[in-house]
Order: sequence, then C-alpha cells, then structure tokens
Amino acid sequence: MQIQSMFFKKRASEKLDDAILQGNMKRAKGKFVDGRAKAVAEFGVWEEVRTHAAKVRDRALANLDAYLVEFERNAVRRGAVVHWAEDAEEACAIIAGIAAKNGVRKVTKSKSMVSEEVNLNERLEAAGVQVVETDLGEYILQLAHEPPSHIVAPAVHKSKEQVAELFVRAHGKPRLTEIPAMTREAREALRDHFLTADMGISGSNFVIAETGTTLTVTNEGNADMVTTLPRIHVVITGIEKVIGTLEDFATLIRLLPRSAIGQSITNYLTLTTGVKMPGDTDGPEQMHIVLVDAGRTKLVGSDLQEMLRCIRCGACMNHCPVYQNVGGHAYGWVYPGPMGSILTPVYVGLENAGDLPNAATFCGECAVACPVKIPLPDLMRKLREQQFDRKLRPWSERMVIAAWGFTATRPALYALLSRIGARVARWMGGSEGLIHWLPGIDGWTKGRDMPAPSGRTFREMYRQKRSGASHGR
Amino acid sequence: MKVGLFVTCLVDLSRPGIGFAALKLLEGAGCEVVVPEAQTCCGQPGYNSGGREIAKALARKVLAEFRDCDYVVAPSGSCSGQMKVATVHDLFQGEPDLPEFEKLAAKWYELSQFLVEVLKVERVPGKFAGTVTYHDSCSGLRELGVKMQPRYLLQMAGASIAEMDGAERCCGFGGTFSIKLGEISTRMCENKCESIRATRAGAIVGGDLGCLLNIEGRLRRTGDKDTKVLHFAQVIAGEE
Repeated sequence: MQIQSMFFKKRASEKLDDAILQGNMKRAKGKFVDGRAKAVAEFGVWEEVRTHAAKVRDRALANLDAYLVEFERNAVRRGAVVHWAEDAEEACAIIAGIAAKNGVRKVTKSKSMVSEEVNLNERLEAAGVQVVETDLGEYILQLAHEPPSHIVAPAVHKSKEQVAELFVRAHGKPRLTEIPAMTREAREALRDHFLTADMGISGSNFVIAETGTTLTVTNEGNADMVTTLPRIHVVITGIEKVIGTLEDFATLIRLLPRSAIGQSITNYLTLTTGVKMPGDTDGPEQMHIVLVDAGRTKLVGSDLQEMLRCIRCGACMNHCPVYQNVGGHAYGWVYPGPMGSILTPVYVGLENAGDLPNAATFCGECAVACPVKIPLPDLMRKLREQQFDRKLRPWSERMVIAAWGFTATRPALYALLSRIGARVARWMGGSEGLIHWLPGIDGWTKGRDMPAPSGRTFREMYRQKRSGASHGR
Repeated sequence: MKVGLFVTCLVDLSRPGIGFAALKLLEGAGCEVVVPEAQTCCGQPGYNSGGREIAKALARKVLAEFRDCDYVVAPSGSCSGQMKVATVHDLFQGEPDLPEFEKLAAKWYELSQFLVEVLKVERVPGKFAGTVTYHDSCSGLRELGVKMQPRYLLQMAGASIAEMDGAERCCGFGGTFSIKLGEISTRMCENKCESIRATRAGAIVGGDLGCLLNIEGRLRRTGDKDTKVLHFAQVIAGEE
C-alpha cells in the first residue's frame, strides 16, 4: 500500500467533514465497544487469561529464532515449503515466482494484512494473474478499489447503501436493501471463483511451532475454501506470528474474538498442516509458507518489542477516540489506530509518519483494552522521544518545549514570566474572560475559546496572603 | 501531619482559586499545609513531548521540594499520575534515585483520594444545591482509580449528579495534542460537550484543569454562557 501517513492531518481533516463516514463510524463504535465489554464481563476470568496471554506472547518472542526453525522443520516434514522474505519486494517475488512456475491464472485470497503491507495484489495483477478477495469486507473494497480501513472489519467505513451501490455495478443485478440478501449475492459471485482458482493465498493469525500448522480465524469460512480447494496454497504472514504450542493457541483464541467483536468463539478456525497426503480427501498439492520480516526484526530487542505481542484483534483502534473520529484511512497505511501509530513509523520510517505517534491524548483506553497488555501509549511516547532526539518535529515545537523546560527549572524566572503571562492573557480575555484567537495556539482557538486566567498567579496571591497574615499577628 | 500542596502549573497560572479551595479543604480537615514557593510543574508536558531529560529534571525538582512532607496532595489526576506512575515505572527505572521517587510516589495523592481515603472526611464546607455532571479525566481514572471519590464528596456538599453518556471518554485535551492536532481535539471535545448538554446539568465538574479549560472553551465557543465549569475542589470548599 502506498504510504500516505505524512498527510495524516490533512486526511483526518477531510474525514472529520465526511458526514457519511461519521455516521458509519458511530454505528461501528457501538457494536465493537459494547460487544467487547459484554463478552469480557461474561468471561469472568479476563484479567487472568490476559496476563497469561501476554506471557505466552513474550515467551514466543524470547524464543523467536528457535520457534521459527522448529516451525519450519515441522511444516517441511508435512510437505510444505517454507520461504523467508526479508522485505516486501522479496515476499512478492517469491509468490509471483510460485504463480509463474505453476501457470497460475486465478488466485483466491482470504484476508491478509501482511499482503496489504507488501502490495501483493498489485504485483500479481501486474503479472497477469487475476486476484479475487473472498473475505466479504475485502471483496467489497476490491470492488471499490480501496484499501482496508480496519484490520478486522476492513470495510467498516462503508454503509449498507454504499455497498449496495457497488454490488449493482459489479454484479449487474437489481439493487438489494437487506444485508442477508447482499451477502447471498456475494457468495454466489464468489462460488465460481473458489472452484476455478489455481492458487489460494491466506494470511495466518498464528503459526504453531510444535506442529508446523498455520491457523486462520474467520467468520465466513472463506479461508477453508481458499486453503483446501485450489491445487496450491500459499500462506503469507509475519515472523512474529509464531507461537510454541497448540496449548498456547488455546489461550490466545479465548481472547481474540472477544476482543475483536465481542464473540466468545469464532465461526471458523482453519488449521492447515502440510499438503494433501495419501488417504486425505482434500487439500492442496503444494503448500508454500512465506514468512515475512519487513521491519519486524528491528523491533526485536528494542524498547518497542512489546508491540510484537500484538494479535491483531483491533480492540485498540475500536476504543481509540481519535480513530473513532477519523477512521482508518486517515492513518495513511495498512495499520490504523494506536497499533498502527507504532507499527507504521517503525515499518515505513518515523520521518514518513511523524504525526502518528502524536495522534493520541494518552487517554489510555487502548492499553486497557489490549488483550496482550501492550502498553501502547508508552510505546507511542518512546517514538515521540525518538522524534525529539532526532529533531524530527517542527522547529517551533521543539523550541517551545525547550524554552518551557528552561523556564520551569528556574523558579524566579518562572514566577516573573507567569505573572506577566497571567496578566497579559487576562487583558486579552476582556470582559468575557475568553480569548477567541491566539497566534501559536490557533489549533486550539479555531474551534474553542481559551478561557483567560484570573489575572494573578496562585503563588503571588499565596505569598501576599501569608505576609498579610504574619503582619496581622 | 505535614501535607505539601502541589498546586500544579495550570492552577497557578490560570485558576488560583482551585489552589485556595484545596488549601481550605486540607487546613479545614486539620492538616498542616506547606506550599513550597519554588514549585513550578511536574514535567508532564516535556515527558509527553519526548523531552525525557526535561521531565526528569523537573521531577527531581519536585522531589527536592516535597521530600520532607508526610504527604503530597495535588488537585489533579494528571500531575499525580506523572509523579506516582511515570517516575517510578519509567523515568527513574534503573537509576540510583528510584527509591527516593518510590517514597514520594507512595505519599503522593490526588486531592479527592486524599480527602476520602486518607483523611476520611465526613463533611465538607461547601453547600451546592443543584445538579452537576462529572467528567472522569483519563489519567486520574485509568492510572490512579479516581472514580467514586469526587462523586462522593460532591454529594456530601449536597450536589446531585446526573451522569453523562461516556463520562469516562477522553475530552480531547491531551496537553499539547489540543494544539498540535487541534481539529481532532475539537471534535473529541464537541462529542464530550454533546454528552454534557444532554444531561441538562447546571455545572460540569471535573478534577483536572486542562480538561476543564478545554470543555469550557468549547461550551463558550458554541454559545453556552451558562453552564458552569468547575473543579470539584471549588464546589466542595464552597468557593465556586
């Protein structure tokens, strides 16, 4: 996906003015937030499992090299081929190579955010391969020629009416108004593709070291079709998705659907282990697993390593008041919301995504919601520290912080300047006590008044009160 | 009992009345209150802007000023979070002065928590006949667990509380966020103001001046000159 994160402010501004999007986001927020809260309350042992899940993920990251090699060994034993891709280009080249070698003309895909990261669809289409997204949300977006705006619900920014319009154009059938009928129409359109594809590409929520299994969570069952019907199955996923055992998975899967959409259990779990063996009734002849780095190893051992615990549930964005107001596209790359505000700068460069770590009030809702206890605000702050140290924020902003730090550590100077400041601002506030416009803080005063100070600082009034009291004695 | 009052830079500059309300409450409950005059700021603006060293220098300054107090109290959940959580969990991790900051953190209280949990006050000087709605500021709520304490105190003063929809939702202030990403901040604040208006309460009360200035600024800009915007200390001290 083309990186647009440097334009976050401008894009966010457009989204704030988009009335349709605002309506769609408001609807989605209720579903996600209330649904999760209910599921967590019913679960009963949320905090205990959450604590354990964070440990499971930390153990996997501490043993990343060993687990990956163990995974490869077990996957190869079951007939899969494991490929290692250092970056986006290499991942695309590997998969395009497999397609070319096997004369692939049509690919069906289940949802994969890593494939969005590496621009896989574009690459395959450029090589003359037809790519069909089969996750309903992704299918809608493919028709709309748009990237996903959410990692779990990619078309969450679209309304039913907008989807109906897309379907009329794509399917050439009468306009539908009810969601079940629209879903049926999409299923019918997809059925042919499932049966005629030469290659299926899936993402993977987790890969299991002890068994060599890749695992995909869906609600639509489309991953089952993609992984078993075509003669070739390709898995593309990030190296950080490896976990030790199926037991570890049993912990994580108790949290993932609950965190994502308030489901106690997902509709489908697709576990794929190797190719079709003698006696198997279905399965692919070839299975390729492409393990992508593309920036992940930069996080290993860094002070941002906790970010790699992420299990891609989307709870952080669902609970983020910034995301709720601007939607996922404003963030300008694959991953939106708090997790994206950390991953995007790391994967595409802090200089290309400078506003993202700053697009947070540090309200802390994301950290509370995260099922694997990633301290998201703390990690965003670490990125702000990098920006500060590398002088990546505007000169004016750095000057203000430095000047403020200089003054606040010098009490006499601070007392003098704050007394002047309080009086000047009081005067500016006039009889209403409101400042309507102030250069330098017009980000505030464009949409809000600045209530003016009362005119004198607490400290000068306190000193006066005390000296008055002692004179009186 | 010697209690240090950390006034906070915003209260000092903008609303000294909140500081005097806190002072009245503490003295009224029998505390010997000291107000170190050289105090300025807890360092949070620097901390959240990536200026870690500035934040540490200011935290050390606060430590030096309040080291001798039995307790330190601040009329802010946000500054209290900085001194109770950020210093010990992050800024001074692995540094020789960590134990000193741990001691400071242990005796540092947000005002409503101090009044309710330490002083266990049963009456307050303020009388407030009217309906208020309470905004839970993020740091106090999620870092310190400030939730029922200010409501309990407000009810003690006679106020009835009309809970707004999404009281725990951020008002969009976020320190420098409110200026750097002003448009998003304004929208978040407008959402908050919508919830406030829907309660029809005569006053919106909170425990952090940053949020209160933000909310007041939006209410006034959108033509609401009547709804009072108050710190709970002003209400319960009878200084509103």
